[in-house]
Amino acid sequence: MDIAVLIKQVPDTYGERRLHETDWSLDRAATDAVIDEIDTRGVELALTLTEQHGGEVTAVTMGPDGATDALRKALAMGAAKAVHITDPALAGSDAVATSAVLAAALRQLDVDLIVTGNESTDGRSAAVPAMLAERLGLPAVTSVRALTVDGDTLTAERVVEGGWARIQAPLPAVVSVNEKIAEPRYPNFKGIMSAKKKPVTTLTLADLGVDADRVGAAGSATRAVDGAPRPPRTGGHTITDDGSAGAQAARYLIERKVL
Amino acid sequence: MPQALVLAVTADGALRPVTAELLAAAARVGDPAAVLVCDPAERDTLVTALGAAGATTVLVAAPPAGAPLLTGELAALTAAVTATGDVSAVLIESTFDGRELAGRLAVRLDSGVLAESTDVELLDGQVVVTQPAFGGAYSVRWTTTRGVPVITWRGNSIEDTAAPADAPAVVELTVEAPAPAPTVLEEHHEPVGDRPELTAASVVVSGGRGVGSAEKFTVVEQLADTVGGAVGASRAAVDAGFYPAQFQVGQTGTSVSPQVYIALGISGAIQHRAGMQTSKTIVAVNKDPDAPIFEIADFGVVGDLFTVAPQLTEALAER
Ligand SMILES: Cc1cc2nc3c(=O)[nH]c(=O)nc-3n(C[C@H](O)[C@H](O)[C@H](O)COP(=O)(O)OP(=O)(O)OC[C@H]3O[C@@H](n4cnc5c(N)ncnc54)[C@H](O)[C@@H]3O)c2cc1C
Ligand SMILES: Nc1ncnc2c1ncn2[C@@H]1O[C@H](COP(=O)(O)O)[C@@H](O)[C@H]1O
Repeated sequence: MDIAVLIKQVPDTYGERRLHETDWSLDRAATDAVIDEIDTRGVELALTLTEQHGGEVTAVTMGPDGATDALRKALAMGAAKAVHITDPALAGSDAVATSAVLAAALRQLDVDLIVTGNESTDGRSAAVPAMLAERLGLPAVTSVRALTVDGDTLTAERVVEGGWARIQAPLPAVVSVNEKIAEPRYPNFKGIMSAKKKPVTTLTLADLGVDADRVGAAGSATRAVDGAPRPPRTGGHTITDDGSAGAQAARYLIERKVL
Repeated sequence: MPQALVLAVTADGALRPVTAELLAAAARVGDPAAVLVCDPAERDTLVTALGAAGATTVLVAAPPAGAPLLTGELAALTAAVTATGDVSAVLIESTFDGRELAGRLAVRLDSGVLAESTDVELLDGQVVVTQPAFGGAYSVRWTTTRGVPVITWRGNSIEDTAAPADAPAVVELTVEAPAPAPTVLEEHHEPVGDRPELTAASVVVSGGRGVGSAEKFTVVEQLADTVGGAVGASRAAVDAGFYPAQFQVGQTGTSVSPQVYIALGISGAIQHRAGMQTSKTIVAVNKDPDAPIFEIADFGVVGDLFTVAPQLTEALAER
């Protein structure tokens, strides 16, 4: 079975993440860009499935030129090839626009399974996977912590707030994984070396036949009106327990009428 | 006035509290109407409850046969938008299910998702939402430039209520699940007992790795129960098996914004903060004075949670 894994390059969560204070878009220069950790888990699932059932894994990303680094990471882990969608017109695309572009690329790939992260660390819309399923007319099973494939049927454990469910869906399908799905393997030296030789196809909007008016900041249906850094919490203070801190905390909550 | 549609959230034949909040938010940008997918036997009770919570119209559909995952709700939302015609916004709770539905609906309507909203208003006739970014480090207002905005709403963000409607108009919708739909084979709900749900609770008491074991989580539970709160856990606590995964708060767990969030033995990693930083008042107890949780705490205690939390519980119980 052939699998496409969607990976996204995001600002390092452990760095100081910033927004541009002009248009409230992501300030990519503020932090190192890294492959989203959740997507390395998607790659792991895809590799495990192709090890069991045959087929190959294609890593797909839409992002600026530097996003190739994220693709190389997926290739080093074991993906066979990669697709990098990049075009100056894409900057500032919202989730709906992003899904239109990714769907166009996925149509060309014609795979049996599409694996994504359940939620990107920067976008956090958790909507791209469902949007892809909608555009491609496929079933979606999101937020999956365990998955098996038998013939052309997948069975998955889907975890949502307050509970979980066992779900069955026919292939092809879109699956988004949560961080419990698998620990990502570390690329070994051989993997890193061979990644340099694996094919990375670069696609532009013209290659995909997507209308440039429907993407980017200008073509997206959502627009930032204004924004502000959250004011630092005022009046916050920390005490060291002298044996009465519990009682003091209670007094604090009661005096402020929050409890 | 255009209608603002809300997807009613129900459990065991009753409305969940977030539904009333969604209707209150909807009332700010249109005439609040509810989309309800439910068992026909529960319909009358739920329609009355939705009216009391402010819905002037209820668009109802029976769930499609064969237990398809979410496709019934999606079909109902789509049909409701078509049936209503003049819609200012669709509001859906920002849960995993809700965000999936919102994504699909926005594609269908060729509009945009205004995600993780904590506030909504009309600005020069435009629907504008407020969204916290990067765990609350920024607050950005968003609007849409075409189509019907699909808003995902973070529960517990506003306290208004909508004016009750006596006898809401009922509109019947017929929905079918399109093939190929995923099917639900079995469902498990983590029993919460008498505690409120995480997203609805006005107080959340969470324990982290510092709690040390599953047995010792009773310290967290006792504090929560004293104030009628919900219990949460950090991922480290979940991974260590101290508390079930369903209660994980944070980036990959549930996002909460209660009146009071009490963090016990939680360091305050960015991924944890992403799910609780918008809480109104934050209290943290941690042995380590350098724990990052103190950067966002309104009241921080450097100390042992096993002495501080029981004392806090006792003092609040005497109140
Ligand atoms: C992709 C990704 C997603 C993630 N999603 C989430 C998420 O949704 N939610 C989440 O919580 N984390 C998430 N994490 C994990 C996160 O990075 C942290 O590892 C986690 O939050 C740490 O949990 P903790 O604070 O309980 O543990 P620790 O960081 O180990 O902190 C334990 C704290 O307890 C204190 N302590 C110990 N004993 C006591 C005592 N007796 N009294 C008082 N204090 C004590 C210690 O000083 C310490 O600060 C995610 C990570 C990644 C990479
Ligand atoms: N620009 C992108 N390129 C590739 N994959 C993406 C992109 N944006 C989102 N995704 C995928 O969709 C998942 C969910 O992202 P989001 O909907 O932004 O929370 C991510 O974990 C990725 O797998």
